[in-house]
Amino acid sequence: MKAIQKKNRHASVPDEWFQWKGKDMEAAEVVARPSLSYWKDAWRRLVKNKLAMMGLVFLILLGVMAIFGPVFSPYDVNKQDLPSQYQPPSAAHWFGTDGAGRDVFTRTWYGARISLFVGLMAAIIDVTIGIIYGGISGYKGGRTDNIMMRIIEVLYGLPYLLVVIMLLVVLGPSLTTIIIALTVTGWVGMARIVRGQVLQIKNYEFVLASKSFGTKTSRIIRKNLLPNTMGPIIVQMTLTVPSAIFAEAFLSFLGLGIQAPVASWGVMANDSLGAILSGNWWTLFFPAFFISFTMFAFNVLGDGLQDALDPKLRK
Amino acid sequence: MLRYILKRLAIMLVTLWIIITLTFILMVSVPGSPFNSESSSNEIVQANLNKHYNLDQPKYIQYLEYIKSIATFDFGPSISKPHQSVNDLLGRGFPISFELGIISIAVAVLSGIILGIIAALRHNGIIDYLAMGLAVLGISIPNFILATLLIQQLAVNWEIFPVATWSSPAHMVLPVFALATGPMAIIARLTRSTMLEVLTQDYIKMARAKGLSPWKIIIKHALRNALMPVITIMGTLVAGVLTGSFVIEKIFAIPGMGKYFVESINHRDYPVIMGTTVFYSVFLIVMLFLVDIAYGILDPRIKFHKKGGD
Repeated sequence: MKAIQKKNRHASVPDEWFQWKGKDMEAAEVVARPSLSYWKDAWRRLVKNKLAMMGLVFLILLGVMAIFGPVFSPYDVNKQDLPSQYQPPSAAHWFGTDGAGRDVFTRTWYGARISLFVGLMAAIIDVTIGIIYGGISGYKGGRTDNIMMRIIEVLYGLPYLLVVIMLLVVLGPSLTTIIIALTVTGWVGMARIVRGQVLQIKNYEFVLASKSFGTKTSRIIRKNLLPNTMGPIIVQMTLTVPSAIFAEAFLSFLGLGIQAPVASWGVMANDSLGAILSGNWWTLFFPAFFISFTMFAFNVLGDGLQDALDPKLRK
Repeated sequence: MLRYILKRLAIMLVTLWIIITLTFILMVSVPGSPFNSESSSNEIVQANLNKHYNLDQPKYIQYLEYIKSIATFDFGPSISKPHQSVNDLLGRGFPISFELGIISIAVAVLSGIILGIIAALRHNGIIDYLAMGLAVLGISIPNFILATLLIQQLAVNWEIFPVATWSSPAHMVLPVFALATGPMAIIARLTRSTMLEVLTQDYIKMARAKGLSPWKIIIKHALRNALMPVITIMGTLVAGVLTGSFVIEKIFAIPGMGKYFVESINHRDYPVIMGTTVFYSVFLIVMLFLVDIAYGILDPRIKFHKKGGD
């Protein structure tokens, strides 16, 4: 009885109601969601990392202030004003004044200029040399690689800061000398990373495919190898910047880097060593805070980028 | 094994030769004579220096003599302190710097490992985030900034610890703390990440299945393997502590090698700068060599005959 009813119910739906639409081959090929490139995907992961985003925002703000901060300030960086020395932070001097009556707010942003400039220049030069050296070494392989790696092993053993100090003693302290000194041995780490990556990727099938189509070596390096090594390179770059910033501050603090009247965070910290004993904390606090926080921002951004660009490595 | 050691030894010798030659080239290329500055107007000193460095001889003889004097650990007289040789300064400063360095490294390694283990065991917990936040902060705050902040708060404002000189254990607390924080943070991060990796391995599951106590698993099984990467970065850490000691000794007025080194830089006392640099470099390069060898002995997986890709 029931079975018959069921059959009837089905029968009550006439065949004409149905229509054969055919298979739309075109539509089947359409990608339903917008395709995510590697970079978009990485960006999506990076945005989720709150700490890294905080670092990024801080760095952007710092960059803006480094460019425009001194412009808005009514005070000159090196203008000494002894009567108003050691004024605590106030409406007139937001970060107070130092032992020579100079406005700490203005000097802090000049310091930011120097620190960011040194950090970025060192990173860019390191990356350029590192990519060329590491790329050649990794791609050529064999004897070339062997010799180039031995050279790197020897250079890697050189104590970085000692070489920098020695160069600065002889060449004399200046911004250019610092950048040269920092990059003389600084590129080695980058070259090792690029070489390791290239060594791995050049054996992948897509490179073989590209080769078998008769692609020129230079095009393979540019189009196949480099884009795939970009992740670790960017991470390494973000981590090079804070170490260069640290080195500049360290050297300036030792009296070897940027020289005294120029405002660099290291110089400001060194100048205020005596001042903290007398309780003028702000002369030390602001350069100290900005050195530390800039390095912190670059470090967390680097960590975040590492997670975002290489999700396999995530821990 | 022997082949591996010999290869590392050869690389070490080349590195040493480069740093010594670099020092020599830099010293020779200082504008004018390095000993003509006003600080060395003393004629006897001048004559001694010229004689010691054979400045009247051709360059290659100077170079050979220089290498010979370094090989015999004779770095010549100081310019700014005429009655002392560089060796005197090194002899006086080294024991103090060595003590500071050893204590700092010990503190950094111990606390770093403990912090890293705790963070790994409480993975993604509050303690983990706290410990890692602390670690990033420790890496980010430069040691000289940390040192000055410590002096300001703990020594000047609250008067808990004495500062300056190196006379009692209480004097050591702040400099060691300032010097050890950075390396500690690096070790903590490294230990945590390798611990996390090791803890997911099958042999740890096996040990757990066997019913071993958690502490036994961590200490006997996990930690052993988790510590291998820590050993690889020991060389870099020693270098960091060593260069860090320059500023720390300057700030805390500790009469170690670092303080003399910084003073010699400020006085442009070239023999002291060059002598100390060579001494530091030799020390560091030998340390790196030893770390490499130690790693090779401790990790049986290392291939001695041929080095794989990085």
